[in-house]
Amino acid sequence: MSKTVLQVEDLHTSFYTRSGEVKAVDGVSFHVDEKEIFGLVGESACGKTVTGLSLLRLLPEPSGNIVKGRIILNGRDILGLSKKEMRNVRGKEISMILQDPMTSLNPVYTIGNQLAESIKLHQGLADDKINDEVISALRLLKIPAPESRLRDYPFQMSGGMRQRVVGAIAMSCRPNLLIADEPTTALDATIQAQYIALFQDIQKTTDVAIIFITHDFGVVAKMCHRVGVMYAGKIVETATTSKIFKDPRHPYTVALINSVPRLDRKDERLFSIEGQPPSLLNLPPGCRFAARCDHVMDKCREEQPPEIDVGDGHLVSCWKVK
Amino acid sequence: MAEVILEGKNLTKHYPVTKGLLQRTIGWVRAIDGISFTIEQGKTLSLVGESGAGKTTTARMILLLEKLTSGTILFEGEDLSTFSASEIKSKYRPNVQSVQQNPWSSMNPRMRVRDIVGEPLAVNTKMTKQQIRSRVEEILDQVGLRADHANLYPHEFSGGQRQRIAVARALALSPNLVVLDEPVSALDVSIRAQIMNLLKDLQDQHNLSYLVIAHNLATVRYMSHSVAIMYLGEIVEYGEAEELFLNPLHPYTKALISASILTLPEDETDEIQQIILSGEMPSPLNPPPGCRFHTRCSEASAQCSEIVPEMRQVKANHQVKCHHHV
Repeated sequence: MSKTVLQVEDLHTSFYTRSGEVKAVDGVSFHVDEKEIFGLVGESACGKTVTGLSLLRLLPEPSGNIVKGRIILNGRDILGLSKKEMRNVRGKEISMILQDPMTSLNPVYTIGNQLAESIKLHQGLADDKINDEVISALRLLKIPAPESRLRDYPFQMSGGMRQRVVGAIAMSCRPNLLIADEPTTALDATIQAQYIALFQDIQKTTDVAIIFITHDFGVVAKMCHRVGVMYAGKIVETATTSKIFKDPRHPYTVALINSVPRLDRKDERLFSIEGQPPSLLNLPPGCRFAARCDHVMDKCREEQPPEIDVGDGHLVSCWKVK
Repeated sequence: MAEVILEGKNLTKHYPVTKGLLQRTIGWVRAIDGISFTIEQGKTLSLVGESGAGKTTTARMILLLEKLTSGTILFEGEDLSTFSASEIKSKYRPNVQSVQQNPWSSMNPRMRVRDIVGEPLAVNTKMTKQQIRSRVEEILDQVGLRADHANLYPHEFSGGQRQRIAVARALALSPNLVVLDEPVSALDVSIRAQIMNLLKDLQDQHNLSYLVIAHNLATVRYMSHSVAIMYLGEIVEYGEAEELFLNPLHPYTKALISASILTLPEDETDEIQQIILSGEMPSPLNPPPGCRFHTRCSEASAQCSEIVPEMRQVKANHQVKCHHHV
């Protein structure tokens, strides 16, 4: 049994807005083991990114709040840490890669400068040592000619290279948990394949655990060991990647997989899920997927389904599953 | 064989690069370099490629938003360059409409849906207000919206519904050809299937022709009858969709397919060879000599970096531009 790096228990994150409380994350539990790539899949506004930001305690203030729950990172609950203590954790034990490298890098600093920032903060090295660390971080992400590239500004690099720089910053202090929020969505198909192969490599050489947030099942299949499928603020199904594809149990997972066209076969007609996800301001009392579900029963509309273990850690929240 | 509605012959688009006070031309960005294709009535042609391949420029040339540097566009067999400005307006524009990628920026937020969908009718036809009103309601119904949606503003709709409004606007004039520029890539996964099914249904009902611009190969396989793979301003492989996906020849097509196919981690034993291309697409300002793909190609030989490959007909329904397939 491998060591658990992160354990999230019953996490609730809400935003208080003028129109009411938006329950972006509503009772999410999962864990990530050492050396594991855990995928968090779902559509926009299902709470994937807010879950990621909650783990870093980087929610926009004052509207965003972690209402309840526990986030246990390397054996201690980080929700109990002070802001100052949290700064020591961020970047050092847990770090994040954001979707768009164009907006997550500062356009007026060289990339060497931006890389040095977190190394300086966390490792307190002398200036010449910092330079070595910067170069080794760039080398880890396989950026060609790192000695000269660290004097470049973000605009001098292509999208793929920029995203590698973001990866280098995240990995520069060798955290043991990395949250990657749609890191390949803004990239072209062949560059995306390069980036995924690179990350699998890095994961093997550094043993970092990764939470991979995405809406793309193709990326999940290539990268992740285990997957959590999110819908309207809840994880509706958790299982290993092959179980999710070969034996999905939740009607939403089934529908989502079937509605994605496949390259390896000719589909005559795609399955489509009618309607839209519910508003997070006004959630239904029962199962959140009830209004769009083909197998809906009366009970589904009234009461929230419990999370049931159907074997080997395959968790499903659905009344139909016994 | 179906009737050809639009044909592009040797289309080229070069943009000048200028320098200094006198705007001296110091070079050319070769965005499109001699591409040819045909679109048949009632069928879908897809242009596939990564950003910078020239897909959108091609679409803009067909919509006459960009002037051709050279080449000819034949519309129902007639050369567009012989059309007068009024013929373009009366014969071409109403028959060729488009749907843009992003339904959040392709509509005027201050106009009601009724006016957005009705605008092409008000501009291009002599219909009365009453006729326009009933036509708008008829089209909204066809795209799966309700007649009372006509009085709302775009911000009151979700992304999928907005894309339906954009489709309704494109169909208002009953065109023959609709240019769809990444019609589903801005939408959520579960909504994409709804819109793709809608587009296919409308095609069957109205015998519409589509030119689809896309980067997602699985979407393309689902939507298209024929496919053109573009790389750095050229079509490198062109053919019937099923033939091309089952029997890809160009190394770039193979790499694209390998990047998009669904493979589970345990499938490694199944010998699915993942092809990872090295490097990135070169600049169209200074394309490499010979085959434009040779800098990233694993099968490149000496002739590839010197001699420009010709487009060759391998089968009746399959063409490829590669030295290794003669």
